[in-house]
Amino acid sequence: MRIVVLVKPVPDPGEERLGDDGRLDRSVTAVINGNDEYVLEAALKLVEAHGGEVTLLSMAPAGITDPIRKALAMGATRAVLVSDPALAGACSWSTTQVLAAALRTLEYDLVLAGADTSDGGGGVVAAGVATLLGLPYLSHARRIEPLDGGVRVERLSAAGHDVLEATLPAVVVGTQLLGEPRYPSLRGIMGARAKEIAVRTLAEIGLADRPVGGAHATTALLAARQPAPRGSGRVVRDPDPVAAASAIVDFLVERRAL
Amino acid sequence: MGGGIWVVGEVDAAGALTKVSGEAATAARALGDAGGREVTGVVVAVEPDGAAASLAAFLPTVLAVRAAEMADRAAAAVVAARIVALAAAVQERPAYFVLSAKPDGRDLAGMLSALLEIGVLVNATGLTWDAAADSVPAGPRVEMQPFGGRVLTSSGFTGERGIILLRPNMVTAEPLAQPGSVEECAPGEVVDLPLVRVIERVITESPGPSIEEARVIVAGGRGVGGPDGFAGLRELAGLLGGAVGASRAAVDAGWIDYATQIGQTGKTVKPAVYLAFGVSGAIQHKVGMQTAETIIAVDRDPDAPIGEFADLFVIADLAAVVPALAAALRARAG
Repeated sequence: MRIVVLVKPVPDPGEERLGDDGRLDRSVTAVINGNDEYVLEAALKLVEAHGGEVTLLSMAPAGITDPIRKALAMGATRAVLVSDPALAGACSWSTTQVLAAALRTLEYDLVLAGADTSDGGGGVVAAGVATLLGLPYLSHARRIEPLDGGVRVERLSAAGHDVLEATLPAVVVGTQLLGEPRYPSLRGIMGARAKEIAVRTLAEIGLADRPVGGAHATTALLAARQPAPRGSGRVVRDPDPVAAASAIVDFLVERRAL
Repeated sequence: MGGGIWVVGEVDAAGALTKVSGEAATAARALGDAGGREVTGVVVAVEPDGAAASLAAFLPTVLAVRAAEMADRAAAAVVAARIVALAAAVQERPAYFVLSAKPDGRDLAGMLSALLEIGVLVNATGLTWDAAADSVPAGPRVEMQPFGGRVLTSSGFTGERGIILLRPNMVTAEPLAQPGSVEECAPGEVVDLPLVRVIERVITESPGPSIEEARVIVAGGRGVGGPDGFAGLRELAGLLGGAVGASRAAVDAGWIDYATQIGQTGKTVKPAVYLAFGVSGAIQHKVGMQTAETIIAVDRDPDAPIGEFADLFVIADLAAVVPALAAALRARAG
């Protein structure tokens, strides 16, 4: 099974900040988006059990390769990084078009993506990619199982889960329930140095002169400010249980929550 | 007058309108009033009549589209195709869409974005209408709280169209004095999206407010000690009319379901009250809950990070505090 995993390098959660231009400051340490690691783990398990290979596909500034190198060290075969100065400040609709165009240059049976990203929180790109490519879209997966020429997914629902089936190729979006991602082994880290990260420009994926990238963003940040500080909280030290309970009840009453 | 604003009603497994849909309709109505745009509801379902009538409590006109194939096909592609068909069939195409920021709304938004070639603003915490500014025409201004609420931003669309995903619990749903009307529509197909078969629907959750919509959340972490500890938290949640949440540590330990997980790879919530028991408050958890209006934490560890941002921090053994609090709440309820 040939699997493409969409991975997004994101600022280390908790370190995200906006630059003076209102765009995400990319100078802070980048890591693989948390939800993407779960689907990468699922992809690696699928190819270990059924054969095949895993290709990483990412759109990021050319300098941000550490997270991709780590994903290669976990066991992916190769990486394709779409990188173009014109993509700085790209919106989700641009990202959707770029990833779909890059996928048209690759061969695959399955595309996997994480449920959402910790920096943008969007969670809308994979559905758009599936739509542009005319592929079945199966989201919010807690389990992914290959079928003969197809895929079965357990999709989390508000009430439990739905069992979905589609033919391949397909796009599947996964959650943390797919399983804990592995740590790269020393051998994996050594091996990753020799693996290919193929950098592609917009022109190389057939999007030269197309309205994608920061200059064509469909959305614009207009203002940003810091939230008012919460103010220092009240601390109750080592009360007996009844005193603790009444401190909480009193506070709920004070905040008009009871 | 420019294009209208469409609110796509979200329908639950039982065919009822979700709470956030009423909130989205209320927010869209305020946008429409300020911007001079018509606001229309749309419900696509196997049996749309009930949910469409519920949405019409908030909007003057609701279009109900019957889609029998949703019985055994995943919803997003069916709904997206009908919305695009409907938008092509009406006299003036819609300019803006307001949807729920829950998983179904995100799936639909991604598809509509690709089909209509328009942008998306996700996780809105507030909506206003504003005059043209430097880079944007007059239109919706979307408030967001990215990075776990460490920044408050306002964004707009650079063109005259766009999709807004509204987070649950941000707006109080207010019905119209007179409910609106429901029109049945059967638009012809204009796009052909691959459909995904639903082989089985497994219902495991007990009813109660969903964690994203609850006004009160009682959350437990590693300090709860085991699955039995969550029984006490469920009782507290019941007494407070809230929902139970959890940190990833408790979910990873298998003490409670992933559906309750709050934080970076779980859900983001903004309840009126967040009661945390034995939750250390690591950054991965904090980003999912730090914008709660009131945070109360109980933990034995005086150095737990949650003490730094809780409004009330009780340093105590929660095994004794949970039953005492339940008793106090029962006594108050009489």
